[in-house]
Amino acid sequence: MSNETTHALAFSPDDLPQAESFFKPHRIVLIALFVGLVLGIAIFMRWDWLPRYMPRLGSGILVSLAMLFSTSILGFLLAIPLGLVQVTGPWFLKGPARLFCTVIRGTPLLLQLWLLYYGLGSLFPQFPTIRQSFLWPYLREAWPYGVAALTISFAAYEGEVMRGAFAGVPQGELEAARAYGMGRWTMFRRIWLPRAVHRALPTLTGETVLQLKSTPLVATITVIDVYAVISKVRQETFLTYEPLLLLALIYLCLTGLLVLAFRYFENRIPTRGA
Amino acid sequence: MDSFVNWSLLALSAPGWGGLLLQGFLHSIEIALGGYALGLLLGIGGAFGKLYGGPVLRDLLECYTTIVRAVPELVLILLLYYAGTDLLNQLLGLLGLGAVDISGLMAGIFVIGVVQGAYSTEVLRGAIKAVPAGQIEAARAYGMSPAKVLRRITLPAMLPYAIPGLSNLWLIATKDTALLAVVGFAELTLVTRQAAGATKAYFLFFCAAGALYLALTLVSNLIIGFIERHARRCFVEQR
Repeated sequence: MSNETTHALAFSPDDLPQAESFFKPHRIVLIALFVGLVLGIAIFMRWDWLPRYMPRLGSGILVSLAMLFSTSILGFLLAIPLGLVQVTGPWFLKGPARLFCTVIRGTPLLLQLWLLYYGLGSLFPQFPTIRQSFLWPYLREAWPYGVAALTISFAAYEGEVMRGAFAGVPQGELEAARAYGMGRWTMFRRIWLPRAVHRALPTLTGETVLQLKSTPLVATITVIDVYAVISKVRQETFLTYEPLLLLALIYLCLTGLLVLAFRYFENRIPTRGA
Repeated sequence: MDSFVNWSLLALSAPGWGGLLLQGFLHSIEIALGGYALGLLLGIGGAFGKLYGGPVLRDLLECYTTIVRAVPELVLILLLYYAGTDLLNQLLGLLGLGAVDISGLMAGIFVIGVVQGAYSTEVLRGAIKAVPAGQIEAARAYGMSPAKVLRRITLPAMLPYAIPGLSNLWLIATKDTALLAVVGFAELTLVTRQAAGATKAYFLFFCAAGALYLALTLVSNLIIGFIERHARRCFVEQR
């Protein structure tokens, strides 16, 4: 997926409003209307359930964030070898890596998640060796399957980005490293990998926001993230809109915070000439 | 267990589930096509509104794209699904008509279309901005009306820039249809899960559905490659 498409799908730092030009007359009217709408929602809709579910919502948000960060980091670590072997690897590594990226990017994440959870989950108990291993208590839970599916998906999308990043590092820099007498490993560690990661960094914001947007899917395999808590609220209170509006607001805030954090880090890394 | 995989479960006729899977697949494609078309219409309107509209329209469109791009599709689909059907029924109630049962297909197309509309607004806005301003100015200087400039100059000229983004959006639309399984619409993913749950052959059915989705993606990629070559035929190859 090209950088522009990711930008079209995921809220990015460029979209944050600029402070100096933000307040114009029509905006003040719009903001007043919006405040009126929010007040109307707050007063005329039912929110009495909110205090009861506060602690569960908090832990749900933490679960969502834990899912997001663990799978993004694991997925990125997986994406580096995936991208690398697609650029320089021998055919028996290049082929499977390309196949992996195509298959994962060509099928819906929900299907992959259900394949892992229901498919593998129903297969594992048939093998006594797995049932007796130390992993079994974890494999009976739902979250390892959620983490696995989200990690695989992030790795496939980011692996494609890393392939472009590795291929895009100018040949002259690699030749210069070789002329200095660096070995293959030293060259990779000192020149190629840092330059490729640097080139891939701008896409990372978008991909991470997209990853945040796919975390609620784990609620369909009984992981209790914030989406699952809200579904529980809807079942118990028979309300349709209030919990969903709150959920949308929570995700808006999470995305906004994530984007702000990324902008802060991006400003600290010099990207000129990348 | 006489053989590891019981292929007869995929048979097209009644005891096998193959026919139902294919039907679900067709529903998925229908929704993806309808949602993508609706999204394109919304996107063209949105992109022009964002580029040439007044300040209020621009801000409202900015809110629309921001919300869709910051909130998970799954949440949007639930909200739009309930809110959309509810609003329509209330509207019909006000007009004195009885409540109608909105078909899942229509609701699905509406939901996917609204989500895709925000994405294609962003893609098309970028593409329109990539068209050299001189071309549009020249068209205006010839005295063409804004509608004619749009039809004759802007839309055809921006197409080569928009196609990579739009083709990604099509692939995303096909995959987003799977999310409708959560609201209970019988598209491929939900049918697959029902079939797998009924027969306990989870691996077989999920892999079969995956193969169908993958086939759709690969065929789409072939067609997209053809369209892209056609749209870029006037460009000088830069290498």
